[in-house]
Amino acid sequence: MLNEQEKVVEIRGLIKSFGENHVLRNVDLDLYKGENLVVLGKSGSGKSVLIKIMVGLLKQDEGSVKIFGIDTLKLNLKELNKLRLRIGFSFQASALYDSMTVRENLEFPLVRNVKNLTRKEIDFKVEELLEAVALPNTINQMPSELSGGQKKRIGIARTLILNPEIMLYDEPTAGLDPVTCIEINNLINEVRERYKTSSIVITHDLTCAKQTGDRMAVLIKGQFKAVGTFEKVFEEATDKQVKSFYDYNFIR
Amino acid sequence: MSKIKKVDKPVLSKNLDEFFTGMAKAFAFVKRFFKEVWFPPYEFKEVLRQCYEIGYRSLPLISLTGFIIGIVFTNQSRPSLAEFGATSWLPSLISIAVVRALGPLVTALIASGKVGSSIGAEIGSMNVTEQIDAMEVSAINPFKYLVITRTLAATFMIPVLVMYTDFVALMGSYASVNANELVSLSTFFVQVFEAVSFLDIFSSVIKSLVFGFTIGIVGCYKGYNSSRGTEGVGQAANAAVVMSMFLIFVEELLIMQIVNAIRYA
Repeated sequence: MLNEQEKVVEIRGLIKSFGENHVLRNVDLDLYKGENLVVLGKSGSGKSVLIKIMVGLLKQDEGSVKIFGIDTLKLNLKELNKLRLRIGFSFQASALYDSMTVRENLEFPLVRNVKNLTRKEIDFKVEELLEAVALPNTINQMPSELSGGQKKRIGIARTLILNPEIMLYDEPTAGLDPVTCIEINNLINEVRERYKTSSIVITHDLTCAKQTGDRMAVLIKGQFKAVGTFEKVFEEATDKQVKSFYDYNFIR
Repeated sequence: MSKIKKVDKPVLSKNLDEFFTGMAKAFAFVKRFFKEVWFPPYEFKEVLRQCYEIGYRSLPLISLTGFIIGIVFTNQSRPSLAEFGATSWLPSLISIAVVRALGPLVTALIASGKVGSSIGAEIGSMNVTEQIDAMEVSAINPFKYLVITRTLAATFMIPVLVMYTDFVALMGSYASVNANELVSLSTFFVQVFEAVSFLDIFSSVIKSLVFGFTIGIVGCYKGYNSSRGTEGVGQAANAAVVMSMFLIFVEELLIMQIVNAIRYA
């Protein structure tokens, strides 16, 4: 499945600071077509900043981000929006529009980006995605009526409605119970199989990383300390900080 | 490592830098409104929904306040006019006061408390929970969907609410006048319309449009630029009310000067 020849994301020399807080320090990263790459790191290590720069929510101080070979810094807003349609972003807190029902949440990006859809086509797409995330009965519910796990699923369904080629998951299992975490991990894998996406999963949860990731990249103090398969990164780890990250997760 | 950005030192002082940066950001926000309002996509459905929220939902509060103001202002004015045997001038006095100043000002102040805080808190909360970011990554312009719709709705609805307040306040005034001076409704309103000129009504509408725009754009600006966290939402709502009230008083003063210059030219 993994096509190491085809890079869909290429990040080089990325630097980002917030005042005196230097979050990313010369970061390089590649995402290959069809792979699930897990970016691991402690809270505040710059994981979310990395993917927010990728979709243009934040701007880097230095370095380049190329997605499908396109340098995001060189794009105007119209071109950036065109690129954004090829990237799905699942937010940590789901970011569902709380004044809209589940149906309206899913329709919202679709009707604004795809012209001339009939009511029947919109309903079909919404229902298909709710089936895919196993929540067909929530269609008329408000986000406030959903559990944390259901919100995550609806959030993922909303990003999938535009058929993205890259999925970015920001802490998909944060704040969920272990059973729901496994369900979300399975959903991430199902999304890749069904929609042929390449994904970056941001997490500090090693169980999630092991279940969903083809490769791991461990971000410590704004730099990648190790990149490779789970076994290579953790079980053969020589770096003290990477080792301690692994030990902490499993002793816990 | 040498590429890491150095932190800039303040140009004047930290507070002054923040003040001028804030002013520049606010002007850029208003400029962006006028730049984007003319171009599609037009969110008509959302503008209508906001008109309903801002206009219709404010009616009970505006009705009560307007009616009470009419009664209180009439009762407070009566003794002064009675000293000169001029209580028959009450409808004229009240109508001029209500149409020229009280109606627009009271409506705008109430709306800045109710509508401004609601817009500030709603957009602030959307900012905190990354809903605005979610729109951006879906290639939806959140400024158009959230800011332009709410600002337009406030700009359209405040003049309507002002006219309604004027009417309700005059009805309150009539209730007081009728109870004390036994004047009929038609006599009362004949005097009201004799006293009020076209310039009074025109300036009241223009003033209300300015107030409505101020309430909408300030609420949106404070919400859109709220700091992250629940505390930021509260601060955005509070700042929206304080800033819009302050600007409304300044605008009232300026517009009054301009209208008086036209009236007595």
